[in-house]
Amino acid sequence: MTSTAEPLEYHRSFLKENCRPDGRELGEFRPTTLNISSISTADGSALVKIGNTTVICGIKAELTMPPSDAPNKGYIVPNVDLPPLCSSRFRPGPPGEQAQAASQFIADVIESSDLINREELCIEKSKLCWVLYCDIMCLDYDGNLLDACIIVLLAALKNARLPEVTINKETDLAEVDIQKKRHLKINRHPVGSSFVIFDDSIIIVDPTAEEESLSTALLTVVTDEEDRLCAVHKPGGTSLSGEKLQHCINRAITRNKEISKLVDKVIESMKMAK
Amino acid sequence: MVRSKNNDAYMSATRGLCMRSMMELDQSCSNLREYGSEQSLLSKPDGSSTFVQGDTSILAGVYGPAEVKVSKEIYDRATVEVLIQPKMGLPGVRERAREQCVRETCEAALLLTLHPRSSVTVILQLIHDDGSLLSCCLNAACMALMDAGLPMSHLFCSVTCAISKEGQIITDPTALQEKESRALLTFAIDSVECNVLMSSTTGSFSVQELQQCIAISQKASEQIFQFYRDSVKRRYSKIK
Repeated sequence: MTSTAEPLEYHRSFLKENCRPDGRELGEFRPTTLNISSISTADGSALVKIGNTTVICGIKAELTMPPSDAPNKGYIVPNVDLPPLCSSRFRPGPPGEQAQAASQFIADVIESSDLINREELCIEKSKLCWVLYCDIMCLDYDGNLLDACIIVLLAALKNARLPEVTINKETDLAEVDIQKKRHLKINRHPVGSSFVIFDDSIIIVDPTAEEESLSTALLTVVTDEEDRLCAVHKPGGTSLSGEKLQHCINRAITRNKEISKLVDKVIESMKMAK
Repeated sequence: MVRSKNNDAYMSATRGLCMRSMMELDQSCSNLREYGSEQSLLSKPDGSSTFVQGDTSILAGVYGPAEVKVSKEIYDRATVEVLIQPKMGLPGVRERAREQCVRETCEAALLLTLHPRSSVTVILQLIHDDGSLLSCCLNAACMALMDAGLPMSHLFCSVTCAISKEGQIITDPTALQEKESRALLTFAIDSVECNVLMSSTTGSFSVQELQQCIAISQKASEQIFQFYRDSVKRRYSKIK
């Protein structure tokens, strides 16, 4: 029995011993590395690697008029792109369903977790506000896309610096002071943990692309630092009982603490390096 | 063709909504709006249905098992495609996310290995949105799949819970209640073991609130499954 001829049997033989083909335990995440300010032309950027999955995020801030139904709020627009570069399953052309569903999920997480206060992005009510374009691009797809997207977005937003903007009372034009830059105020730190269900009963954490394709269901739990749930995203697949769900939530809470420490460490090291 | 007009009979049956207050959950109750459904109303699709929850109304059509494009075919199973058409404009990113939820729930319920290299297409047309949209889509999809006669391992139904700012849990919220809520949770429950098949949430909530909402949804799903059973029984008892 080989890994290409019978992939399901191959994985099952490992799961029987409570481990996985790459040597990890069922509840173990792959090593996560984070790098910030990689894109100098962006207002904020970050790159994250969870095992082989590599995702980069660039934040560009532009000025626009606030929406008419919320004149004191700015915009934050996430977009997840899965180019053909990252995996052979994505073809060139308009974004496929997975990319669009991921973009919608990230937009929902930003809103649910109250990550950033949209009122902060407004410069002058009904006249001028910031729109933050968060472009998240996957460079290497090896499973667990949603977790990586959330981490990279959080790190990029913490890294982003926006210039001071004032409106000249006489000319009514915006004046941007590039010398004075300030960081964004991040209220919460949502972190996601993805799980897959194998054979309707075994739950494994942080799936690789191969494990995702062989799984029967996918689950992503996003928690914030106060142990509140921001998203429980299970798009379908085989059913999940209450205790298994509770077990996943507990694992997600521990993961939140690990990743928060990592992001804080990286941001601190940037500040020290200056 | 047998047309089962469930609307009148079932509107009256569900008019007296039962307010169930559970011992542990004294602040919330499993209270669904009036719901009704009609099957086999369209002539071209293999199966069709409407599902109405309060004022929210969805029309579903199912084609399948039918031919599939070679690029999309799977060698040992049927390919499920879901299209959600909004009332105005073209489907956008929000519809894609809903389509993913509906598609994966249908894939788990249908016996896809019976129709390899075929496609099952579910088309959902929004008629009116007054809250609990994703739930109504899933319920309409399930009734349409039943109407098409596609083999399924279990049925599914969906319930939406909204957590208000005071912490009260409202089931089957209207659009206004959804807007004023702090969190919105939609669950799809299966008919055999009453476990959670699909979960889609917005807003933040605690773990206890999640468990409470799941319990309430499971209780409410019993009513909907009984409705499925009654409507199918009623329809087939009319055939001479």
